[in-house]
Amino acid sequence: MFALSYRNRELANLFVVAILTGLGFASVYIARQDVISTGSLSYALFFFGLYLTAHVVARLTVPQADPYLLPMAALLTAFGVTEIYRLEPDNAFRQGMWIVIGVAAFSATLLLLRHDYRRLESYKYLFGLAAIGLLMLPALPVIGRPVNGARLWVEAGGVRFQPGELAKIMLIVFLAGYLREKREVLAQGRLKDFGPLLFIWGAAMLVIVETNDLGSALLYFGIFLGMLYVATGKAWFVAAGAALFVAGAAVVYQLIPRVEERVSVWVDPWAHAQTSGYQIIQALYSISNGGFGGTGFGKGTFENTGGGELIPYLHTDFIFAALGQELGLVGAAALLLVFMLFCLRGFRIALLAQDGFSKLLAVGLTFGFALQTFIIVGGVLRLIPLTGITLPFVSYGGSSVVANFILLAGLLLLSHRANSVSQIAMEGRP
Amino acid sequence: MNRQITRVAVISMALLAALIVGTTYWQAWAAPGLADRQDNSIQRVAEFQIDRGRILAADGKTVFADNVKRKADGKDLYFRRYPQHGLAAHIVGYSTAVRSRAGLEASENDFLTGSNTNLSTVLDTTLDKLKGATIKGNDLHLTLRPGAQRVALNALGGKCGAAVAIEPKTGRVLVAASSPTYDPNLIEGNYNEASRQKFGCSPLFNRAAAGLYTPGSTFKVVTASAALDSGKFTPDSTFYDPGYCEEYGQRVNNYDTSSPFGTVTLAQAMQNSINSVFCNIGKALGGRRLVDKMKRFGFYSVPPLETPVNERAISGLYNSRGKLVTDESKIDPGRTAFGQGPNTAEPKLTPLQMAMVSAAIANGGVVMKPYVVEKVVGPDGSEVTKTQPDALGRAVSPNHAAEIARMMESVVQGGTGTAAQIPGIRVAGKTGTAESGVQGTNTTSFMSFAPADNPRVAVAVILERQSGTGGTTAAPIAKQIMEALIR
Repeated sequence: MFALSYRNRELANLFVVAILTGLGFASVYIARQDVISTGSLSYALFFFGLYLTAHVVARLTVPQADPYLLPMAALLTAFGVTEIYRLEPDNAFRQGMWIVIGVAAFSATLLLLRHDYRRLESYKYLFGLAAIGLLMLPALPVIGRPVNGARLWVEAGGVRFQPGELAKIMLIVFLAGYLREKREVLAQGRLKDFGPLLFIWGAAMLVIVETNDLGSALLYFGIFLGMLYVATGKAWFVAAGAALFVAGAAVVYQLIPRVEERVSVWVDPWAHAQTSGYQIIQALYSISNGGFGGTGFGKGTFENTGGGELIPYLHTDFIFAALGQELGLVGAAALLLVFMLFCLRGFRIALLAQDGFSKLLAVGLTFGFALQTFIIVGGVLRLIPLTGITLPFVSYGGSSVVANFILLAGLLLLSHRANSVSQIAMEGRP
Repeated sequence: MNRQITRVAVISMALLAALIVGTTYWQAWAAPGLADRQDNSIQRVAEFQIDRGRILAADGKTVFADNVKRKADGKDLYFRRYPQHGLAAHIVGYSTAVRSRAGLEASENDFLTGSNTNLSTVLDTTLDKLKGATIKGNDLHLTLRPGAQRVALNALGGKCGAAVAIEPKTGRVLVAASSPTYDPNLIEGNYNEASRQKFGCSPLFNRAAAGLYTPGSTFKVVTASAALDSGKFTPDSTFYDPGYCEEYGQRVNNYDTSSPFGTVTLAQAMQNSINSVFCNIGKALGGRRLVDKMKRFGFYSVPPLETPVNERAISGLYNSRGKLVTDESKIDPGRTAFGQGPNTAEPKLTPLQMAMVSAAIANGGVVMKPYVVEKVVGPDGSEVTKTQPDALGRAVSPNHAAEIARMMESVVQGGTGTAAQIPGIRVAGKTGTAESGVQGTNTTSFMSFAPADNPRVAVAVILERQSGTGGTTAAPIAKQIMEALIR
């Protein structure tokens, strides 16, 4: 039987993605040739070259890793960078630079941890503390930069960075290590065993309240509950945790006007149509304007007749609103299906992984990815109150792109190990 | 742990599936509702991507509205241009990004944007959409005659008022001029300039179809119609004029009460516009008969025309609170009969309604539905719709209409309306002067039609705040308009 090896399958998939990317850029170019230059197709080529590099590194370091994750990540970044290019060619160039850095981080992660990533487990507390340190950075006076009411940004030497994205991964590593070690005692449900966990958690929550960002709080807490459940198998932990969160959210709702505003806008955006509801209303108009088939790449309407922008933060938090209009239900559903498939591959890795740390790490990374997607897209679709976080791989944003490439590298490392071990087990060879 | 992992995976899939459901809701289920919302700026932009149909005058050459194409954000956007500026601004209206729409631009928007449901248009626009081509709207061909329209506006120049000319046999509106006018090109960029008052009047208001005026003696044509149709009076019925008429124990004077006419016929009373005679006719007929006759002419309902319904006013008897009155006990039939009234039930009509009365007499008593859109033509030149002349109903019997026409002819030949004489053409008309008691604030009016033996045009002119009479102020304007249309 003819069977492609994992990496050859990955390469074939990347070719498909390259063709799709080329088509995407070509359609943007055709629709907007009087606005943009002929250089657009070189973007697609450049893009393909970048992923080819990532592929070669994966071939050298993790030959047995899942062959679909990298192409799907490539497809998602292609969706994103094409749309960003369509909205603001200059930003697409910057996003391209961030993807270069992302691929570099991806390669570095693979090369550094190619022998055994499990040694990370011994540094779990270091990761936990580092995560909290990173989360605190934006609250510091000199380098912290409040943007739109939330203190999520750090600016140093002219470069802006959202440390929360990296902190998320570090927190997952910490939780995976800690929960692996303590899962039996935790499962007994004695309060004292929860001490260090609650401490880390409380600290993280405080930082989030300080930074004024509920979306991240929901994300971190969700990841925590998910991993806790997988580690202990106790559903009532999740129930208690969720109750705790609702109680906490109720307090936050009272204390922070920004959060209260977000919720009342969610309940009735049209009551705030000219003020705080404007953005979500415009986003919904944009998505609904896409209809079934969309307007096509490059043909959507994001400016009024005078040339003013209709939706603020379109290329970052609201990129789904732009994609929804230009790709329509068909394209938006396809995009979401890619997210679903990505997560399914992630959970499959968790199932195949042999040891507790690997399983927890894979679940944490994958569930975090799914939850982040749900929180931002759900916010844009008015399923839940809107909070400003990025859509993984798709949104414009350096820190997000780099962090997600590291996440991808992590999943490939986990997958490589899981597949190698199961293959050895099956074939009975050392 | 695998059982838990599977559950977390299922929950994750459910969350992401909820996103697909949410997207489906907004893009399929809720999309039509959102597209209809006024504040949907994407739809507003989309409207500017349509190559909106032109609006043309009756000659098919004079362009009232067309488009300028501008590129923005990689799209072709079509912005409205009004080459004739204020010539027919109140009928054509405007279509802008910031001020929504007015006039035919508002009411005929579906035709102009190609979103009407006529089969040929639906086919065209669907094909355009599939091809990704610019959707082209349908052109409106109006009944307005640009030359006469210009004559009317020039004649009205410097005065507040309006002139309407109708083709009596069809109801075609040939002239609809409202003064002061405005330049619709300025609405988008310089609304303050466009809307600034001129000679004390607001230019945006369409006086021709929405201005309500006390007619004065022009209303005697309606009274005469009721009188003859009632069978109680003929043109030869005789009356004694003491120079005034007794109403509820009080004297209501003629225009010039110092020289009573003595014994006169109804025809003479019409020719010389004797109030006391019509006052007595009104009293004999009663308020109900007068109101019934008004309704036959189209009063008490929104006059038919293609412009937006809120840009047309209902003519009738109005109380001081601006409400229509039909209750006989509130009506003073004596004064109503010569076009005045107590403030409980004062006759008020639009120039359009006055032209309809004149046209009905000219057309043997049948009121035709006035219309201003002759036809709608698709982008390929094919006819989408064509307006067929349609009768609103019979207002006066044919014989009595002819008798009133003869009386109106005598008004122009040797009565109060001699200023409307056109050499070689028989003109019929009736003057009106509604006095307010303050010098220089008369509302003057004139209704006419010509040629009297084969009417081709019926005209109404109403002017605000005049110091002269209808015969000296409005009749010369009506004469110019009739000449422009007949010659």
